[in-house]
Amino acid sequence: MRLEVILSGFGGQGILFAGNLLALCGMYQRYQVTFLPVYGPEMRGGTCHCTVILSDKEIASPLVLEPGYLILLNLPSFIKFMPRLKKGGLALVNSDLVKKEEITNFEELIKGKRVIFLPMNTLAEEVGAPQALNMCALGAFNGCLEIFSESTFKKALKEMLFPSKAHLFESNLKAYQRGFQEVKKIVKD
Amino acid sequence: MMAKKVLVKGVEAIALGALEGGCQCYFGYPITPQNEIPEIMAIELPKRGGVFLQAESETSAINMVLGASAVGARVMTSSSSPGISLMSEGFSYLIALELPCVVVNVMRGGPGLGGIEASQGDYFQAVKAPGHGDGRFLVLAPYSCSEAYQLTAKAFELADKYRNPVMILSDAILGQMKEPLLLKSLKIKTYPKEDWALTGAMGRPSRVIKSLFLDSKELAERNLRLKRKYRAMEKEIRYEAIFSGEERVIAVAFGSIARICKEAVLNLREKGYEVGFFRPITLFPFPGKALLNMAERSLGKVSLVVFELNCGQMIEDVKLSLCGKAEAISRYYPPSILPFPEDIEKELKKCLKSSGFPKV
Repeated sequence: MRLEVILSGFGGQGILFAGNLLALCGMYQRYQVTFLPVYGPEMRGGTCHCTVILSDKEIASPLVLEPGYLILLNLPSFIKFMPRLKKGGLALVNSDLVKKEEITNFEELIKGKRVIFLPMNTLAEEVGAPQALNMCALGAFNGCLEIFSESTFKKALKEMLFPSKAHLFESNLKAYQRGFQEVKKIVKD
Repeated sequence: MMAKKVLVKGVEAIALGALEGGCQCYFGYPITPQNEIPEIMAIELPKRGGVFLQAESETSAINMVLGASAVGARVMTSSSSPGISLMSEGFSYLIALELPCVVVNVMRGGPGLGGIEASQGDYFQAVKAPGHGDGRFLVLAPYSCSEAYQLTAKAFELADKYRNPVMILSDAILGQMKEPLLLKSLKIKTYPKEDWALTGAMGRPSRVIKSLFLDSKELAERNLRLKRKYRAMEKEIRYEAIFSGEERVIAVAFGSIARICKEAVLNLREKGYEVGFFRPITLFPFPGKALLNMAERSLGKVSLVVFELNCGQMIEDVKLSLCGKAEAISRYYPPSILPFPEDIEKELKKCLKSSGFPKV
């Protein structure tokens, strides 16, 4: 098993938090993992992304040219990373901020690739956690792949939240569960 | 008890390794991308009866390191490229006074203030001339979190063993990437310091640790002694090699780009290409003999391609090591031009083709 994911969105959408959490869940599932955040001016505004690899073998390069999976939370990310998605790969896209009709070469960009649109902002707002759209996305991602259990997620989330943010545990969990359930309506296997 | 497994950044692994290595004092000045090191040391050292002090500048920090080392403490500092340059006067004195310490350089792009992206632009500075005069550091280049942890702990032992500064040379990618780390307890040796440390002259003749030798004979002897010490350090040489003797092209790299190269080499080998991999772990002393052996074993029919995140520095050491017995080619990437494994594969295939040994 080897899973390569690029997560991308605006700075502030919680991309790095979600990527880090995914890597931690992978580690608890006994995978080898790497979590590589961008470390450039992106961190100071603009589009931010990170690369996560989960594998049952040693991981050499933490960099991936053509990932099998994308989690895209805004339009610039969609434009930037869709061309790099592996043929047959899956992109999970935030439909609240990525509108098909605004992308001139949409059909060309998604050719030979699977794309799932979910309104991450809306879903997060519905569970009363508008800031937790990153957890919605992570829930949807795990809903597609079922790499880790919910108890693993809870353990990892607890560890990731600083004591001052511990009260956000429940709302993050709800957002995760909402994303997980919502994607199950689309992916039935 | 089972060792705890944690998901940490490379720089955090360095700090945890330092604590495991028995670091007692940390002096430094903040700079991206290594601030997690002082952050952890600030939390952990006071708990363990150690000293953490944020100096007013890198120049002060390195002189505090010198003072702590002179009285026998296990001491370290960490910085990134521009900060390391500011410390270089202190480095020279530490070498001259034969004072052990650990220096971490999490390299960023240069010259000047450069940027905060990954770079290996300080290779020459680290291995050739950390400061003025004819002095060297023992330089270790980890390429993963667990290696960063182990080598940093080991660095304290080596520094005491040779009474010389040891540098951990890392970069922004290795520093900021997270990987699982098993917090194994390590056996790190200690060396008695009673016979040289400045611990107060009660009951014994006073000692002077100095670097000024106006008597030219004395200075020459001092330099020759240091030279002998660097020779002795060759016992510590470490490297990783994937080589059976059949390979026609070998990728040579250290640090973060070595991981990208290793991925490319493993992919190509799976497809039947005769490519090998060589990764120096000690950059000084340089594992040149191992490279020469590889060239001789393949009767000179091998090309070594040196991949670096700079404009070509380690290539010079590779060429010197080979004594002309095999070809060495430089493939260089300045800061912010980071190759993917696929790019490295292409380069290696090109070299295979031009060396006249096509795919099996």
